[in-house]
Amino acid sequence: MITRFFTGLGAPLVAFVQYLGELLLLVADTIRSTLTHRLRWRLFLQQMVDIGLQSQVVVAVTGAFTGAVFAAQTYFQFNKIGMGSAVGAVVSVAIARELGPVLTALMVSGRVGAAMSAEIGTMKVTEQIDALRALAVYPVDYLVVPRVLAMVISMPLLTAECIAVGIIASCFVAVFALDVNGPYYIANMVRWTLMRDLIMGMTKAFCFGILIVFISCHRGLTTREGAVGVGRATTEAVVISSLAVLISNFFLTMALNIVYPAGYQ
Amino acid sequence: MIGVRNLRKRLGTQEVLRGVDLRVNRGETLVIIGRSGVGKSVLLKNIIGLMRPDAGEIWIDDQNIIGMSERQLGGVREKVGILFQSGALFDSMTVEDNIAFPLLEAGMRDVEAIRGRVNEVLEVVELEGENAKMPESLSGGMRKRVGLARAIIRRPSCVLYDEPTSGLDPVVSDSINRLIRRLQHRFGMTSIVVTHDMKSAVHVGDHIAYLHEGRIYFYGTPAELERCDDIIIQDFLQGRSESTNQ
Repeated sequence: MITRFFTGLGAPLVAFVQYLGELLLLVADTIRSTLTHRLRWRLFLQQMVDIGLQSQVVVAVTGAFTGAVFAAQTYFQFNKIGMGSAVGAVVSVAIARELGPVLTALMVSGRVGAAMSAEIGTMKVTEQIDALRALAVYPVDYLVVPRVLAMVISMPLLTAECIAVGIIASCFVAVFALDVNGPYYIANMVRWTLMRDLIMGMTKAFCFGILIVFISCHRGLTTREGAVGVGRATTEAVVISSLAVLISNFFLTMALNIVYPAGYQ
Repeated sequence: MIGVRNLRKRLGTQEVLRGVDLRVNRGETLVIIGRSGVGKSVLLKNIIGLMRPDAGEIWIDDQNIIGMSERQLGGVREKVGILFQSGALFDSMTVEDNIAFPLLEAGMRDVEAIRGRVNEVLEVVELEGENAKMPESLSGGMRKRVGLARAIIRRPSCVLYDEPTSGLDPVVSDSINRLIRRLQHRFGMTSIVVTHDMKSAVHVGDHIAYLHEGRIYFYGTPAELERCDDIIIQDFLQGRSESTNQ
């Protein structure tokens, strides 16, 4: 029975190790390509628009309503013990360190990661990537590098936007809807939210961006079996990158908390 | 010159190519014929390095491409154009952008010069004035012509055609055949045409190779092929399914 258990475990384990190997090779190829070959500026700017500019509404709405509901829920509990004005500090630290980067990453993986894997996957199954190769264009140079660079620049900026909008929304809800004392609210928030909280959020955003873009591009580049394959690749890109964000967030929190500990020491 | 020696390729459990030997001289058109699924397109994709063979040698202008990295193959591919069966046009680009793509990637930046070259090849493939159309609004024959225009705009010394007439009506097929001949005469391009359209094969080929069970079963001129009394060749030429399946 034990033998059967380990035999059954073998195939998925090998597939997982192979998948990680392929991802790492893609990362290495992209780094080499970025350092040694010219950047296609037009494609890079196009990706900045697709990833950065066009994700703003989604990210801002996510940040605003998360900040608002988080402020309300925190207030309902804190107000019972007379700490209503401490809500700002709790909300802003939580949004900067956790909610901002994680929610932005989840929204970007759903909006941008899915589009990336679908676009590259469609190019794969319709021989457009073979056409690129046949025209002496290396697909990583043309398809992956501009997306990676645009993503690593866009993700921290989108996360910063999400954090800012979330904090502003929480402030509005607390002060205007829940009747918290505004100056106290802001003073507590400014006092307890430190630069290292923002640095931690930005660092996470950068890491999540890398995870999303490589997982999505890899799924696209390995798409097979026509339209069904494109659909499967798109779903897998979103599921894998969302799980990767949530799982890596725990380890990043534990590791980054050593460098950027929460609160005054 | 293109040379293939003892080329072997396995896809999954099936050995598709079992030792293919071919030679195409400069300026010559070789047509590779054979039944569906026999490995003609696989052979073509191996020749341009889109697939890696398991064994054998592929020589393009005195360079053995086996063992070359994807980036090293880029240099070889600048000398070889390919027309894909589907055309493989970039569906987010117009006809003009598709055709101009190889020039832009080669570093050409003069917009007027690029447009001039695009119009020139559009005239060669008889699609003048279709510059602004998107691939989705083109017919099958037009897509193949645009794909061909894209393949030849950098004036490669060799062009590979993967089923250039499949899915086209006889009139459009004939125009594609004439186009292949015209390119050979006008630019002296070496060509390899994969097809199972015998009319096309006889029309464009200087030599014809019949691929059967992973090997070149017959090699000769179109006239020699028609005179050949081998039962397998005759079954293919006359479209008989019975004797080879017995």
